[in-house]
Amino acid sequence: MTAMSDKSTQLHTMGLAELAQGLRNGEFSSREIVSDLLGRIVASQPDLNSFITVTADEALAAADLADAAIAQGNGPALCGLPIAHKDIFCTRDVLTTCGSRMLENFVAPYDATVVERLANAGAITIGKTNMDEFAMGSSTETSYFGPTGNPWNTKLSPGGSSGGSVAAVAARLVPAATGTDTGGSIRQPAALTGTVGLKPTYGRVSRYGMIAFASSLDQAGTITRSAEDAAMLLQAMAGFDERDSTSVNEPVPDYRATLGQSLQGLKVGIVRQHFDAGLDEQCAARVKEALRQLESQGASLIEVDLPHLDLSVPTYYVVAPAECSSNMSRFDGVRFGYRAKNPVDLMDLYCRSRGEGFGAEVKRRIMTGTYVLSAGYYDAYYLQAQKARQLISNDFEAAFAKVDVIAGPTTPTPAFAIGAKMDDPITMYLNDIYTIGANLAGLPAMSIPCGFVDKLPVGLQLVGPHFAEARLLNCAHQYELLTDWHRQSPEAYS
Amino acid sequence: MSGQWEVVIGLEIHAQLATHSKIFSGASTQYGAEANTQACLVDLGYPGVLPVLNFEAVRMAATFGLAIGATVAPRSVFARKNYFYPDLPKGYQISQFELPIVIGGTLLIKDDDGNDKVVNVTRAHLEEDAGKSTHEGFDQYSGIDLNRAGTPLLEIVSEPELSSAKEAVAYMRKMHTLVRYLGISDGNMQEGSFRCDANVSVRPRGQQELGTRTELKNLNSFRFIEKAINIEVERQIELIEDGGKVIQETRLYDSDKDETRSMRSKEEANDYRYFPDPDLLPVEITEEFIDAVRQKLPELPDAKQARFITQFELKAADAEILTASRALADYYEATVAAFDADPRLNANWVLGDLSAALNRDGLDIVQSKVSAESLAGMLLRIKDNTISGKIGKDVFEAMWAGEGSADTVIDAKGLKQITDTSAIESIVDEVIAANPEQAADFRAGKDKLIGFFVGQVMQKSRGKANPGQVNQILKQKLSQD
Repeated sequence: MTAMSDKSTQLHTMGLAELAQGLRNGEFSSREIVSDLLGRIVASQPDLNSFITVTADEALAAADLADAAIAQGNGPALCGLPIAHKDIFCTRDVLTTCGSRMLENFVAPYDATVVERLANAGAITIGKTNMDEFAMGSSTETSYFGPTGNPWNTKLSPGGSSGGSVAAVAARLVPAATGTDTGGSIRQPAALTGTVGLKPTYGRVSRYGMIAFASSLDQAGTITRSAEDAAMLLQAMAGFDERDSTSVNEPVPDYRATLGQSLQGLKVGIVRQHFDAGLDEQCAARVKEALRQLESQGASLIEVDLPHLDLSVPTYYVVAPAECSSNMSRFDGVRFGYRAKNPVDLMDLYCRSRGEGFGAEVKRRIMTGTYVLSAGYYDAYYLQAQKARQLISNDFEAAFAKVDVIAGPTTPTPAFAIGAKMDDPITMYLNDIYTIGANLAGLPAMSIPCGFVDKLPVGLQLVGPHFAEARLLNCAHQYELLTDWHRQSPEAYS
Repeated sequence: MSGQWEVVIGLEIHAQLATHSKIFSGASTQYGAEANTQACLVDLGYPGVLPVLNFEAVRMAATFGLAIGATVAPRSVFARKNYFYPDLPKGYQISQFELPIVIGGTLLIKDDDGNDKVVNVTRAHLEEDAGKSTHEGFDQYSGIDLNRAGTPLLEIVSEPELSSAKEAVAYMRKMHTLVRYLGISDGNMQEGSFRCDANVSVRPRGQQELGTRTELKNLNSFRFIEKAINIEVERQIELIEDGGKVIQETRLYDSDKDETRSMRSKEEANDYRYFPDPDLLPVEITEEFIDAVRQKLPELPDAKQARFITQFELKAADAEILTASRALADYYEATVAAFDADPRLNANWVLGDLSAALNRDGLDIVQSKVSAESLAGMLLRIKDNTISGKIGKDVFEAMWAGEGSADTVIDAKGLKQITDTSAIESIVDEVIAANPEQAADFRAGKDKLIGFFVGQVMQKSRGKANPGQVNQILKQKLSQD
């Protein structure tokens, strides 16, 4: 293997596209990539804690098979490329915890559609990443398995809930990872770690096997270090799945094929409300610089109005907990997962299994959700929230009649310290103020790195109309051609 | 009920739909399998799994809706009914709440005086069944069998328009007949495929406002429904007459003790926190789909009954029984198709000896050991006087025992009726000669003795003599001498 050039010492710096190229050219092997990354993962765990489970043996075995296939000139698009899955995706015969004590010992008996499709495309699962418990959180601090560190400064949070996935990608532990986004859980952590996070249109990627938090908002997506890699990963994940009735039977375009289009004439919507009070001034400056760069490529900036944007956080915190309270009911200690010891009766079994198995944030949302669905409160909360959700969707629809994409900040501030917001859920919830709208309206959205504030990454968010993933990816790719923000890596993990 | 009280009953019928697989998963709905062998990950409510609607259940619900003249909703919505119970794996039941698939419709029944009565159906909605808990044989634990979890149910809700336990039973029976006709439920009550809850209240006759109702659960036989409602009505009347008040509550009928007892009151009732299930899209039904379902509707029981009365000149009561099940009606029509000289005779035999034999052997009409064509073959021999009706009974039994067709049995056993006048005359002569005293008495005016002589002749001919001829010849000979 030493014959294999110096490139093998830099494997961790390469993205999916570059690794795929090198594998096909015989510059290095999948086993080399996997071995290298496994070493980095182990070394990083004490500081980052980005993985809950590492499937080293399985990954190495899969790498050997991939190498054999590649040697014969076979192998699908992602053959031999290691990725990590957020631990919300069920993986057959592998621990699937969802970041919770409730599923601490849960070995999934089946693969999620996302896992299955990526495996069919040749990707190798190297492990399962840390996350906020049941994806409820914006900092990965609600994980039963402890917080994940931000590779740019391990005292800071990487955001959440897909914090393990973004930290692993930012720290060059894996070239790419899956995530899920219910209110910003891919885009917010991507912004805080300088990675590229894509949340596709609701229904673009199957939710089958993805442990539900808020079913009408949850969507699986990608965390990568470039738009091109996001296109490769999404290509394998997207498409109708008969096992998910809410997945949409819409053809999947070739996302990589359309990355070369000029931004000339692209109408970029700027939402006035995005730059109101609450947005860190330096973050605003980075975002505005990015917008000017898009403009320099021929895009026109057009102000659009999302008059009901201020309703998005309160609306989300009715809809999401309502669905969550019901989705969490199956965790009752009866059939799988955590079960309280020596229950005296059924009620005791329920109360203690759930009381001991769930963490504080999950309980808070179950209680909120139960409340808003209760007789006498349903109309005032749940129904009102549905109406507000419709208004927000209508706002976006009206905006997209005028513009091709909407661009703005992903988060109000750069990464915050671990522990800084844990006692103040409302402040924590407000971290998702710019991202939640896309979930409520089911729109595709992504966050791409657009600079730094005090050595911490800042994200630019792009939102598109339904099924406009290709447009977002092209826009992001064109931006990446102008800048090198996405190539910056944390010093400790370069 | 006692004259001054009026009884008001509404029924909620749960009919299990006869789909092969469950309403939201591919697992089999076959009854009686070993516990938990027909529960897949979806039925078990595993993390990450999602429901996918079995459209066959929608078709069946639409069929039902059209059959009762209801509106089949172009858009209906599945909702989650949230509550905790060990045999409810997800912690919620997927049902329909605000927007059910079937709205309105009517069912025609006979009231207690035998008059037609139209009962309005409020709605019918699709939902999944829960599993079963068993508390025996597990020491301190309960056993959970999730084979039934996810089985499709159609819950049919009537308006509170039934005025007696008997009417409630008539309504239930009529629905039972209907769902089996439509082929949407096997209606097997022992297996729980067809069961109901009854909402019962009483009010002083003439009062507009409804009395406070109680809900009776666990009614899974026609007999229990009638008994449970009557007992509950008595309880409510006694309670009110003694100055008490009925409280709104759920009561369980205990068939062993023949009493109803409180399960839970309204205050303790669950708040089910219904909301639209975000995992399932609204059910959209097109006009074309409804037309296609309508095309396939079978002849309905009322129409069939009316046709039997006019076409076959049957008594209403006979037509009603014959059309109570589609299979029985089909059997009957098959006998008429094979032999149509006297459709009433066919009806008598189907309702008589055939039904008795089926009952005796515990068989369903489709399992009958004598086919409609074979029975028709025998009826032909009765009609053409080859055998008497009485001998027919023996022939039928032999056929039932597998001894072949009517003609085979008649030949093999020598049962061909004696219609030869001289042969009958010689037997008659022998009988009169052997019984001179009775003959004298007869001649002296004891007409009733004719029966004795007929009996003697039939006995001597081993039942084969044509009874009409025997009668005639006897009278002739006895009066001659």
